[in-house]
This record gives sequence, structure tokens and C-alpha cells, in this order.
Amino acid sequence: MTTLVFLEHHDGELQKGSLGVLAKAVSLGGGDVAGVVLGRGAAEAAAQAGDVKVYACDDPALAAPLPQPRVDALAALVGQTGADTVLFAASVLAADVAAGLAARLDAGLNWDVTDLAVEDGELVAKRPALGDTVLVDVGWTGAPRLALVRSGTFDAPEASGTADVEPFTVQFEDFSTLAELVGHDQEASAGPSIEEADVIVAGGRGLGAPEGFKLCEELAQALGGAVGATRAVVDAGWYPYATQVGQTGKSVSPKLYIACGISGAIQHKVGMQGSGTIVAINKDPNAPIFDFADLGVVGDLHQIVPKLTELVRARRG
Amino acid sequence: MKIAVCVKQVPDATAHKRIDPATRRLDRSGEGTLNATDVNAVEEALRLKEARGDGEVVVVSLGPPKAMESLRKALAMGADRAVLVADEGAAGSDLVATSYALAKALEREGADLVLFGQQSSDSDGAVLWAAVADRLRRPVVSQVAQLTVEDGRVTGKRQTEFGYDLIVAPLPAVIAVSDAINEPRYPSLKGIMGAKKKPADEVSLDELGVEPGRVGEAGSRTTVLALGPPPSRGDTVKLEDDGTAAEKIVDFLAERRLL
Amino acid sequence: MTGIRPADFPPPFAAGEVIARPTDPPDERIDVGVLIVGAGPGGLACAIRLGQLLEEHPHVAERLGDVPVAVLDKGKQPGSHLLSGAVVNPRALRTLFRDRLHMEDLPTFGPVEGEAVYVLSRTKKLRIPPPPTMRNHGNWIVSLSQLGRFLAEQAEEAGVALLPETAAEQLLVDHGRVVGVRTGDKGRGRDGEQLPNFEPGSDIAARVTVLAEGTAGHLTTAAIDRFGLHGVNPQVWALGVKEVWRVPKPLHRIVHTMGWPLRKRRKFREFGGSFVYPMGPELLSLGFVVGLEYRDVELSAHDLLQEFKLHPLIAGMLAGGERVAWGAKTITEGGFLSLPRSLSAPGLLLVGEGAGLVNVPRLKGVHFAIESGRLAAEAAFRALQRGEHPGRLGALSSYDESLAASYLWKDLREVRNMRQVFDKGFVGGGVRASMMTVTKGNLPPKDYGTEPNAATELIRTGRAASYPQADGKLTFDKLSSVFASGNRTRDDQPNHIRIRRRVPRELAEMWTWMCPAQVYEVGVADGDGTVEVKLTPSNCVQCGAITAKGGRLTPPEGGSGPEYTNT
Repeated sequence: MTTLVFLEHHDGELQKGSLGVLAKAVSLGGGDVAGVVLGRGAAEAAAQAGDVKVYACDDPALAAPLPQPRVDALAALVGQTGADTVLFAASVLAADVAAGLAARLDAGLNWDVTDLAVEDGELVAKRPALGDTVLVDVGWTGAPRLALVRSGTFDAPEASGTADVEPFTVQFEDFSTLAELVGHDQEASAGPSIEEADVIVAGGRGLGAPEGFKLCEELAQALGGAVGATRAVVDAGWYPYATQVGQTGKSVSPKLYIACGISGAIQHKVGMQGSGTIVAINKDPNAPIFDFADLGVVGDLHQIVPKLTELVRARRG
Repeated sequence: MKIAVCVKQVPDATAHKRIDPATRRLDRSGEGTLNATDVNAVEEALRLKEARGDGEVVVVSLGPPKAMESLRKALAMGADRAVLVADEGAAGSDLVATSYALAKALEREGADLVLFGQQSSDSDGAVLWAAVADRLRRPVVSQVAQLTVEDGRVTGKRQTEFGYDLIVAPLPAVIAVSDAINEPRYPSLKGIMGAKKKPADEVSLDELGVEPGRVGEAGSRTTVLALGPPPSRGDTVKLEDDGTAAEKIVDFLAERRLL
Repeated sequence: MTGIRPADFPPPFAAGEVIARPTDPPDERIDVGVLIVGAGPGGLACAIRLGQLLEEHPHVAERLGDVPVAVLDKGKQPGSHLLSGAVVNPRALRTLFRDRLHMEDLPTFGPVEGEAVYVLSRTKKLRIPPPPTMRNHGNWIVSLSQLGRFLAEQAEEAGVALLPETAAEQLLVDHGRVVGVRTGDKGRGRDGEQLPNFEPGSDIAARVTVLAEGTAGHLTTAAIDRFGLHGVNPQVWALGVKEVWRVPKPLHRIVHTMGWPLRKRRKFREFGGSFVYPMGPELLSLGFVVGLEYRDVELSAHDLLQEFKLHPLIAGMLAGGERVAWGAKTITEGGFLSLPRSLSAPGLLLVGEGAGLVNVPRLKGVHFAIESGRLAAEAAFRALQRGEHPGRLGALSSYDESLAASYLWKDLREVRNMRQVFDKGFVGGGVRASMMTVTKGNLPPKDYGTEPNAATELIRTGRAASYPQADGKLTFDKLSSVFASGNRTRDDQPNHIRIRRRVPRELAEMWTWMCPAQVYEVGVADGDGTVEVKLTPSNCVQCGAITAKGGRLTPPEGGSGPEYTNT
């Protein structure tokens, strides 16, 4: 198995998700693994990848974070190296690159992958389906095999050693360079939106009154997260509709979901059950949320949350 | 300007979804509905057409004959025509096979702009646009939250993890829109009634010149090996607050490296 | 005894709000020949029959314009709001599809293979011979939602325009004639404000308007008031809650039960029972029905069904199974004496359950809906064929004549008193009911009266103490059930439920327990014994119970509510 891992970088920094996939690929063993870094400053970024081989190309056509020139680059590299596997950590950019490459090479792409394994010498991927209620084992009927790994799935170890960076060149397709980046607007808002946030602190009726959301806001701020709300409190006018999580609101899947005073009715659950870790604070020991929270605390959120906020602030400096 | 909108019928969000253990495919026998973001794509196409005062909006889909019900909804909103590639042979197609068949259907249409709705609620086809764009050899912009077309160029505001990018591409182009782009209209009653008289064609793979070996399971490069229960979330820890709950939560988060 | 009667707290609603004159200018109006409100078995049978007749008489169809027949439905798709047992007498379907289709071509779960009737106590069961009215040999098991979708396809093939996701909000009446309906607005916010995608309703003008709205019909109720069509007795309803289960072990017969968990004593006024029907080898449908004349503040049809599933007889059938659907709906129960005085008015025909055409002792209404729909179609067609204005007084009265000559009338008349006598309790009612059966309704000779469901005085007995805690496997809470109904109504639309918002605590609690979808909640008390009633209208599955019990259900934005697929 010869594996290429697409390493995405932003402002010269390799993305953790990509490095996690790279580490996973190395751990699978049984073949060569190399990273691929494309774009301005590729060689410098590539050096951060640790003790592996990394192909780098900083052709100006790859300067902007656009997918199609990257498809050309990867397709060329697959041709040059004879790689039979190409792995990606999901992102807006990587998803488009992976799908474009699949079409270009007529290669199978499995996405939303949450695990990779080699079973009987064959690469097998796991993919949750139907709102994560089923886990599907998926494979490929031939090479090259492409996989797009769900973000945050594999942890990136501390990189050690220096990468062996090998530059390469690319011939671009005529249509690949037609799209052009003409502007970029760094989000400078107060905090992340609830769809994008890695941490969501959500409040329900247990907050007691609209003022209770202050507690959620402070904790969310301390954690660098966003605030969510249940339908009941949005209905009651305690918090804006845009923050409603659930069946008739937003579906979210942050790394951490802290539910404050939320009973966990199915209508809410379907909007947040994809969260990585769920912490629930509720004074009703029979609240259904305790059936699916990773950590459930039976107690008074008005006591616990402010203290938690303080401790988080202290820890994060 | 001719705009093709690629749409898909997905199982109704409320349907009791299951994967057919025999075929290992999503059981699509129940009620279907137009994938939610595809409705945003149709809306955007209609707005572009209305703003220009001329043009044609064609909805294109790949699916079983009953998917035509969902295409009718797009017609009721105001799309002019529907094309459904309904062919048994395409059942079970993966990304590679689907993008091939869809690209063939789009080639026949020769639209100036091809729109997709980002993310399909049944997750199949979640990355289709980039594959189709590659097959059509056209520029692609995805995750577009704002779209303008002027002087043969399309400008899309792309939402990424790092903020907004402004991307310009010449037509013809492929664009995938997000649900942030607009608030879709309700079909009017006149629209619903008129939809039944609009052209809605079912085409076969043969008519599109798609070789049987390139679609369906034969044309697919991925395969479903097994179905299983999801990994358990691990043990649920439940504790009563004895005054130290906040500390315990912090320890728990630290242990999971969430701080 | 609390002394409180729901009827003493009428909702802020006037029937007149529902009657309007056309307002759209003629060029914006939508013109159709015959407009049918409600894509249930009655409305669709009417549409199909009209399609058949117009196909045979194209010159009549030509006179009706571009859209000779249209059917409106407030559900997301045909069948979305259809829910029933259902064991259907195939007679009316056979007539409707004579020489065209057979029962075998319809989506059914086959004929009834066997049946059993039990009287239950908490842990025991006593099997009794099925009473004559409950024998189902020759009847077919169906999912009404699926049958509705099939009939909708048949109607479309017959050239009928189907308009789902469209609520008929007002009946258009001009100079004493029904001239169509006005559909509801879409895209309004919580306070009625227009959202960016606001789409106003339209006037749909029709030569004939057929109301086939089913139970507690919004326009039907208003039309009965407007044209003074009230029957001898007021209309009354029962509330049914049902679940569909996937089970490992097939059930081979239909089962009905009486008794537990309802209480027999007369003072409780608890009349009802359960049904369990197989739906092929993998699924079964089970439901619990209770008359809405009940008095207990804490009576909850939803929780009765949960309690009922704990009985060994039922728990055994469900063992190892999984709930796949849930729904609730009222059943019109007044019978013959509650029928409108006439089922037609100028330009208007009333069809099916909305008109009260339900045979309660036989637990049958679907074939009456279909047969009345067919007869309504023929009456409308006759008037249109004559070239007569159907708005002329009496132009549609041949419908009343054909109904009176049909088996519907005979069947309903025979059992006209049977529902009422169960006011006298389970045993006394049973004796009288048997007498009626033996004498085909001739004894007792008199007509029994009935009182509106909202007129019974509330009592409090601590009924809720025995309801089980939901375990998420065999028993469920109301919110999980609403989820299983497929309901995902937009939250930020105007409230469609009309009730008094400050009422005595008992009444607020009664609504809270009654509603199977957790729409009502007891709010803040204000010291004088009244409380605020809080509402979550987007949970509503439009069962209609509130209309029977002191409030008024109006249609929310079209496309809202449950999305039933196999109920």
C-alpha cells in the first residue's frame, strides 16, 4: 500500500486534522506513507509534518485555497508515485479536492469516515449513517482508494523529526485555473456560529428565566464556543430562534456540547446527538438526557455553571 | 441564460429510515422529499432568472421514477422543465458512477450554470458537485452563501473554516450553494397547478449514451461490506453534585483534552 | 366534582370568521369546476368518480374549464393526515372501482383471517364472542394513510388536480351560495407578520364545493352553522391514539378489547376500547379509543395506550418489537341523530366523516366516506350535466335523496341510539345495545339525546397515578410520540389553536392531559383560581380533540402537522 495524505495548511500552519490522518495512515503500516503539501510556502509548511516524506509544490496556480488545481497536482502525483491510497481530513477545500480527484481517476471515494483499518490486507473504512445510528463498513473495489475522514477523528501527535521534503511540478488542466480568489474576509464576529462552533453551551427551561442564559454565555465565552437553546425556551422568547438546536432548528455536531437545564427530549436529541462529548447538568435525575450524556451531573446549574466558568477561565489563563 | 439545478429526492426526514439488510442500501421505499438544500439551489436559480428577466431553469435528477414527485415541487416553485434519469441500471451507483451519469445528462443540457445544493440530508452525494465539475471540465465553487452573475462571470462568496472567500469564475461553471444563501419561496397554488403541465422527461441511460458498465454497482468503485451498530458512546458517567461537580466536569474535560 | 364544564369557557372564535366573500380580483382567482376539500377516502372517492364521469362525458368536462376537479389537502402529501385502524368494509371500494380494479389491486394487508374480542382487567382477559356489530368477516385490513396515497394516484390518473400543503381556511359564500374556498396564507411569523417568503392565500372559485374534511372539519362546522344544518343531537367525538409496531412474531387475527384500563362505573363516562390489527407479517397496528364525554381531568388517551400495552396479552404481542409510527385523531361518534339535517346546501356538498357518516358500533367509517363521496360526485355531475347552476337552491339535493336511499342510511339508523346508551355505563349500555341489535334498531323506539362533549362536568380522581413512566421501549412519553408522528412543523408560525388563555386550573389540566401531543401546559396561577394556558402549537397533530372539549382547532399553515405514512 502506498498512501498519500493531503496535508492542508492555512497561514503556513499544517492543519491538525490532516496530521491526525497522516498519523493514522502511518499506524496502519504495511507500506509507504507520504504527505502532500500544496500552495504558497508549501516546503516550509511541509517541514512541520514530522519524520515522513512529504511532496511539496508551490506553483503559483496553487496559491489560493481552490480545489481544482489541487486535483491536478494530486492526480499527477498519484501517476508519478503509483500511490494506491489517498487520504484527506474533511474540510470545505479537501472535500472538493477529494471528489474532483475521484472523478479524475475514476477512483472510489468513501467519505465521512470515522475509522480506518486494514483487515485481511484490505483497507476498510467505517462510516456512520442514518444520523449515526448505524455504522457501515465500506471498502473499495479497486485502486486508487480515496477516503475523506470526518474532522476531528484522529488526534495529531506532536511532530518529531524533520520531514523529507520532495518538490514536484504539475501541469494544470485548462479549466482548473479558471476560478480565481479575489477576496477573503476573516470572520471577525464575537464568536463562532453554532453550526461551526467546536463547543456549544446550550440552555433549556432549567435555566429558570431568560436571564439564565447569561450563565451559558459566560461559559461559552470561556470555552471559545457558541450558545444554543432548546425549542421550549426559544418558544418562550428567552433566546433567538437562530440558536435553536433540534428537529426544527439546527443540527450541530461540536466536539463538546454542554447541556444546561435541558431534559433531552427526542426533538432536541436529534439535533445534537452527533456531538463528540455531551455533558449534561440538570436537577431532574430522571431527565432523558442522562441516558445519552457522556457525563451527567444531577444538580443545580445555577451553582455549578458559574463555578465551572471560573475554573475554565483559570485553566485557560 | 440556462441554469441546470441538480436535485435529489431523499427519504423524508420524518420517515422511519432503515438500511435494507439485503442490499445494504438505504431503503428508499418510503416517502421521498426534495433534499432541503436543493430547494435553496432551485430558489437561487429562479432568482437569477427573475433578476435577468429571461432564461430557463431545468432541474436534473438521477433516481427512481417516483423521484419525479419531488421534481414537481421544483416545477411548482417555478422551474421550467425537469429531467429525471430514471434507470434501474443506475441503482446503487456511488460517487464515481453517479457523477458520470449526471455529467452525461448535464452535457446534453449544455447549461451556462449548474447549481447544486450543498450537503444531501441522506449524505449520499455530499460531494457530488466537484466530481461533476471535473467531468464537465468546468470551474467549481462550493459552499456558496451569496451568488452574483454578471458579464459571463459568476461570483460566489464561499464560506469556509477560515472565513469567507470571494471567488470569481467564468461561465459555464458549477456552483454548490449552502442553505444560508436564501429563504426558499413557497410554491404558489397557481405554480402547483401549472407544474403538472410543464415538461418533465424521464430519460434512460441509453439515451444519454451511458455505458451500463459505468453506472450502478458495476460502475462503482466503493462497496458496502457490512452494517453494524454504532460504537457505544462509552460508559455514561452520572453523578450527584456534592459541591465539587464543577471541578469534576473540568477534570473530565481535561482528560478528554477538551479544554 | 369540580363544577367546571369546558363549555362554559368558549374559545375566542366565531363561526362567521370562517365564512367570507371572494376578495381576489377575477384575474387572480383560481377557477375550478368541482373543488374538493380533503384528500381522504371521501374526497378522493368523489374526485375519482367525477374523473370517471367526466371521462365518459367530455362535453361536460369542457364546460368546467382547465381544471375540472381539484382536491385540496392541508397535509404535506396525500395520506399525511390520514389515520385509522383500519379494517375496511370493501363494499364501497368495489362499487367505486367496478370493472376497473379489484380489492387485490389495492394496497391492503389482506382480508381479516380471524378475530377475537376480550374484556380486560388489569392482568386478566376474558374472551367473549364478538358482538354482531363487531364481526369482520369479509373485511380488509388497510393502512388508511397508504390507501389514501393510492386513491390520490388514482385520482391524478383520472385527471384530478391534487393540491397538497394547502389549508382551506375560509368558505366563500356569495348571495347565499357557496362559491369556493380561500386558502391559508403561508410564511407568516409568530405574530402574524409577513416573513420574507410570505405567500398569500388564494380564492379558489368553484361551481361545486365538496367538503370532505374528516373529523372536526374546520369549514364543515362553519357551513353547518351558516346554513342551519344542525341535526337532532349535537355532534360528539372520541379520541383515538395509535401506534404501528414492527414485531418479530406475526399476528393472525384482529383483536378488540373492552374494559381496562377504562373504568366501568357510570359516573366516569369512560366509553371506549382498543384494537390490534396485523399489517402483514411484520407490522401491527394498535390503538386505544376513548369517548370525549369523559370527565376525569387526568384522563389521557396517550397514557391509556401506554398503560394498555403493559397488559400481558398486549405486551406479549409486542415483545421484541419496535415502535415505528404513532398518531392520534378524533373519531366522529354522534351517529345518525347527529347528522346534519341536510348534507347539501347551495353550491355545497358534505361528505364522509366530517358530515358524521360513521357507524360507531361497527367501528366503520371508511366505506361510508367512499360511498358518500361517490354519491356526492354523481349529484354534482347531474347538476353540471343539466347545465344548471349548482348554486341554485335544491340543485344538489339529489345527493340527500340518494344518501337516504342508500345502505348508509339504513345501517346508521339501526344503530342510532347505540352510542348514547353507553352513557348508562358499560353493563346497562351493553344490555340495551343487544336489544337494538336484535330488533334492528326498532327497540327501544325512541331517539336518545346526547350532550356535547364539552358539557360534561369535570371530576378529579387521581387517575394519572397509574400511568406508566415511559421506558422508551414499550412505553413512550408524548414528545417522543409526536416525533414518531413525523411532525416537524415550523415553530415560528402563528398559533392555530383557539382557546381561552386564562381558565380554571382543572380545565387547563384537563387539556394538558387530554392532548396526546403535549400542546398545552399549565402556566402561572394568578391567585383567583385561574391559570394561564401555555401553548406549543407546533407539536399539534391536528387530532381535533380540542374542538370537542372547549376550544377550536383551525388549520395551521398548509403542510404542517404530522406526516403519517403507514397509520
